[in-house]
Amino acid sequence: MRYMLIIHNDPELHPVPGEPGWDELMAGYVAFGEELASRGRPFTGDPLNDPSTATTIRVRNGETLTVDGPFAETKEWMSGFYIIECDDLDQALAAAAMVPSAKFGSVEVRPVAEM
Amino acid sequence: MDEALDLVYRAERGRVLARLIAVVKDFDLAEDAVQDAFVAAATAWAVTGIPSNPAGWLVTTARRKAIDRLRRSASAERRHRAWGELAIAWDAGDSPGPISDDRLRLIFTCCHPALSLDAQVALTLRSLGGLTTGEVARAFLVAEATLAQRIVRAKRKIRDAAIPYRIPSLDEFPERLGAVLAVVYLIFNAGYLASSGAELVRVDLCDEGVRLAGLVVELLPEEPEPLGLAALLLFQDSRRDARSDDRGRPLTLEEQDRGRWDAGQVAAGRDLLGRAQRLDRPGPYQLKAAIAGVHAGARRAEETDWTTIVLLYDRLLEWEPTPVVRLNRAVAVAMAQGPADGLALLDDPEMAEALDDYHLYHSTRADLLRRAGRPEEAVAVYHDARRRTENAAERSFLDRRLEELREKPTIAGDGVGPG
Repeated sequence: MRYMLIIHNDPELHPVPGEPGWDELMAGYVAFGEELASRGRPFTGDPLNDPSTATTIRVRNGETLTVDGPFAETKEWMSGFYIIECDDLDQALAAAAMVPSAKFGSVEVRPVAEM
Repeated sequence: MDEALDLVYRAERGRVLARLIAVVKDFDLAEDAVQDAFVAAATAWAVTGIPSNPAGWLVTTARRKAIDRLRRSASAERRHRAWGELAIAWDAGDSPGPISDDRLRLIFTCCHPALSLDAQVALTLRSLGGLTTGEVARAFLVAEATLAQRIVRAKRKIRDAAIPYRIPSLDEFPERLGAVLAVVYLIFNAGYLASSGAELVRVDLCDEGVRLAGLVVELLPEEPEPLGLAALLLFQDSRRDARSDDRGRPLTLEEQDRGRWDAGQVAAGRDLLGRAQRLDRPGPYQLKAAIAGVHAGARRAEETDWTTIVLLYDRLLEWEPTPVVRLNRAVAVAMAQGPADGLALLDDPEMAEALDDYHLYHSTRADLLRRAGRPEEAVAVYHDARRRTENAAERSFLDRRLEELREKPTIAGDGVGPG
């Protein structure tokens, strides 16, 4: 089973570069990446830029509509993801609990729908 | 035959289903196959009589029915099918396996924290209890379609998110066992705290709670907290017949006719609590059971050993430092040392704020004011309590107290709510 770990951050709580806690957070992500690599199962993941850099596309009746945003209405926004391979949900939940940002925001665990 | 089959159904369905789920790894398929097997049993056993090992017969038959169903299933699921047939055929050669382990795995799956609490309760009752979906729905006062939907959704999540059928590892075991016990306690309490309207159906939930607690004890005999929970439920359930008067109005612990408490259940509760204590690993359910046990041991309300109850609440606070436990402790202090000491604890601003919406906080305070000889204040606070509950039984209880205060402002007696 593959699971996507969707990281949601609360920017008010989450450290930014230069703030105390930032170096520790980055070290945590390096350690988490090493932990995943040590399992010998495929995984991928990346941080995302903040929602102010986002652009949304809709195609309606053959016409492409492009808009700035979306700007999150909720306090938390998606700030990164991993896709990891696990035996079952318990393994995925245990991995999600190790994501450093889980201490500041939340991590949604979603199974990949295998087609 | 129908009656005998019904007995087998109630007694064996849980273990047969747990076995099938372990084999086919699919809740729906297992349920359908077990249903098929019981239908087949109705015909076959009418001729042959009930076999010596009905569970074994049902497991073997259900397994064959599962393969039949897989073969008939739509071609879109062919991939699944091939895998499923292989797994079932492979397993079919094995001995039945430790059935109790199947049920233990299943109960941990049903009470998995990734499922909503509602779904945990519904799934547990549906798969390990003896009630039908209709009975569970009526007991929880929800539409049968709503409950069925909830179960379908939970089963889909178990399958699609791969919630495992396994006994949790050592480091997660205490938390996961806690979740199982919480579900069982909730099932019992849904029956116990029911308003009188749905009483007859709700009694089933008490029975199911007691039965499920017994099942967890049977499956994990060396764990003290399931023993504590089972003891607690038996002590509480022993008062079932004494909890209301002949007009169906709830009675407080003090008002109850203790001769109507079920002595057999009390003795069984003591047995379980003793077993738990010998394992020497205290926990919140054991402490709650010990408190209930002190009440059960008092032949008359005046003989209640409130000092011991205060000490037990002190220890419970170490596990559950919640305002509600502090409220209950304050009642015990009032009974052990006098209403003024209890009131002093209740008037603590932190508790007053935390429990302001909770009607039992106000009715407790009113009761202590009444017993402290302050009837006018008690009346006002009983009204505060009444505004904060919609429950008909609670309201009728508070009305009775208000009526008593009008007639006889200094009446003796304790009790803060239906016992």
